[in-house]
Amino acid sequence: MREITLSQAVNEALREEMRRDPTVFVLGEDVAEAGTPFKVLSGLVEEFGTARVIDTPISEPGFVGMAVGAAMTGARPVVDLMFGDFIYLVMDQLCNQAAKQHYMSGGKLTVPMVLRTNLGATRRSAAQHSQSLQALVAHIPGLKVALPSSAYEAKGLMKTAIRDNNPVVIFEDKLMYQDKAPVPEEEYLIPFGQANVLRQGADITLIGTSSMVQVALKAAVLLEKDGIEAEVIDPRTIVPLDEARLLESVRKTSRAIVIDEGHQSYGVTAEIASRLNEKAFYHLDAPVLRMGAMDVPVPFSPALEDLTVPTPEAVAANARKLCAGELIHAA
Amino acid sequence: MYRQMVRIRTFEDNANQLYLSAKMPGLTHMYSGEEAVAVGICEALTDADRITSTHRGHGHCVAKGAEFKAMFCELLGKAEGYCRGKGGSMHIADQSHGNLGANAIVGGSMGIATGSALRAKLLGQDDVTVCFFGDGATAQGLMYEVMNMAALWKLPVIYACENNGYSEYTRTEEIAAGSITARAEAFGIEAHQVDGQDVLAVNALTQELVARARKGEGPFFLELMTYRYHGHHVGDINREYYRSKSEEKDWKENRDPIIRFRGFLVSEGIATEDEIEAMNAEIARDAAEAVAYAEKAPYPPAHEVDMHVFAD
Repeated sequence: MREITLSQAVNEALREEMRRDPTVFVLGEDVAEAGTPFKVLSGLVEEFGTARVIDTPISEPGFVGMAVGAAMTGARPVVDLMFGDFIYLVMDQLCNQAAKQHYMSGGKLTVPMVLRTNLGATRRSAAQHSQSLQALVAHIPGLKVALPSSAYEAKGLMKTAIRDNNPVVIFEDKLMYQDKAPVPEEEYLIPFGQANVLRQGADITLIGTSSMVQVALKAAVLLEKDGIEAEVIDPRTIVPLDEARLLESVRKTSRAIVIDEGHQSYGVTAEIASRLNEKAFYHLDAPVLRMGAMDVPVPFSPALEDLTVPTPEAVAANARKLCAGELIHAA
Repeated sequence: MYRQMVRIRTFEDNANQLYLSAKMPGLTHMYSGEEAVAVGICEALTDADRITSTHRGHGHCVAKGAEFKAMFCELLGKAEGYCRGKGGSMHIADQSHGNLGANAIVGGSMGIATGSALRAKLLGQDDVTVCFFGDGATAQGLMYEVMNMAALWKLPVIYACENNGYSEYTRTEEIAAGSITARAEAFGIEAHQVDGQDVLAVNALTQELVARARKGEGPFFLELMTYRYHGHHVGDINREYYRSKSEEKDWKENRDPIIRFRGFLVSEGIATEDEIEAMNAEIARDAAEAVAYAEKAPYPPAHEVDMHVFAD
């Protein structure tokens, strides 16, 4: 199979959906001729024109709010939010408006919009361009949250998001835009709420999101040398969450570590770990461990920034301890 | 238009009674006094035209064609309400008539209205969206972001600022620097200040602007000078610390939009006093029946609590 980058995969997803459905359009800062700073949307404006690939002023609440209104009245906007950190700017439009319209109207209004943005540290971008805010969004009822972990995932999840009748927030990892993966030429969609098992194992379950899937896979390779078989699972979407598949794995392995790049406190890892503890307690040989980013604003200096995110080595070290029966206190 | 204005006033009088008699849960914000604004504007729109509304939204909802029963059911949290009891007074919506809903975040619907207009342009549809908001909302930044884009892209949206003189419990002149229309004019948007108590003036101007917006000449901005008879919300009874009783009396007696239009209809020979009294009585009966119906109507069943979080 051909291999393409995550960036190309997202571009293909948008191109295919815009060809299929004339109500799909893109808006955001520098999305047209510039194709975004990450060049993910390059070429779309040449095919679809500036009426459907719309460059906005630097007005995040304004254009996210407009996407909500367009979605409520029959279009399917895909909003490009240049950095995930800017979610703080658009919280009212996303959380008070988009997330609640369907419920508050008793099911009469729908908001089929996609907010595509990104997450991830270790790009030396400092604290206002490095955050992973998926937990913040996942906390709000009415929003779906997808976390693609490869080019293949990014394309399939984006196409599903565009066809979904709800507001969906997709966080792509900034470091993965140039990562290549096999992506079929023929059309495919990845359904929401179906976890992907990337590696089978009997001793411990490593649940990773976004780029932490790669961290988990690397940790699994390290653990293999110690004779520990790790099962690696990517939930793909944290809302909805494929709880059943995660529980099934943990009941088999009796141990689990959940890894996500959001801050550890009050985060995605805490939520998943708690559900596993509540629903698989008698199958567990150790408390489910969570590993997130440190609870600090992301520092600029490479020497400090690299310390803030979970690494394969740290995951493997914790997994060894769990398998050896040692108690670990989460950071 | 007279009928619609009386329907709003009657609806509000009944809603006020429901609240004061503790039959109505939550908060509510009365529209009485501002009827000529909602009616003058909505009568210039079709069902295909959209509106977004405010936390003071009953008047817009009635003016856009909603019926009493489903509205009172919604105010009382009943299953037959427009939103199955999940929206209440501050979130009432009626999509069948193009009402995208009241919004309890002041200024919160400006993006939605402008996005609706963007959709119309993108899909080649010729409907117009009216964004209702109060003078208090002009202090929100969102308005300036979306007016900028609406003007850049010539979107078919009309921003209708209901200036009732008070931003919650504070005089507008204490919170708004400069003139409100000048703010829209700064973006190159044609802005008009209108007597919001004169339904004919509001309607005539809106008809003209809607026609021009359909042709791509928009957006437009209206500042409608009006007055709210009640407090900010129904519990705001003792309000002399921010506005005088004589001021309220003056607006009610000398500038009431319904009394004024009634006088016009009679003097022009369009309707007789008897016909008007009959119409008023009929509306009062309709409202009383709808209230009685809503009071007896069932609440939503418990299993609906987690319905409608997500659409299928």
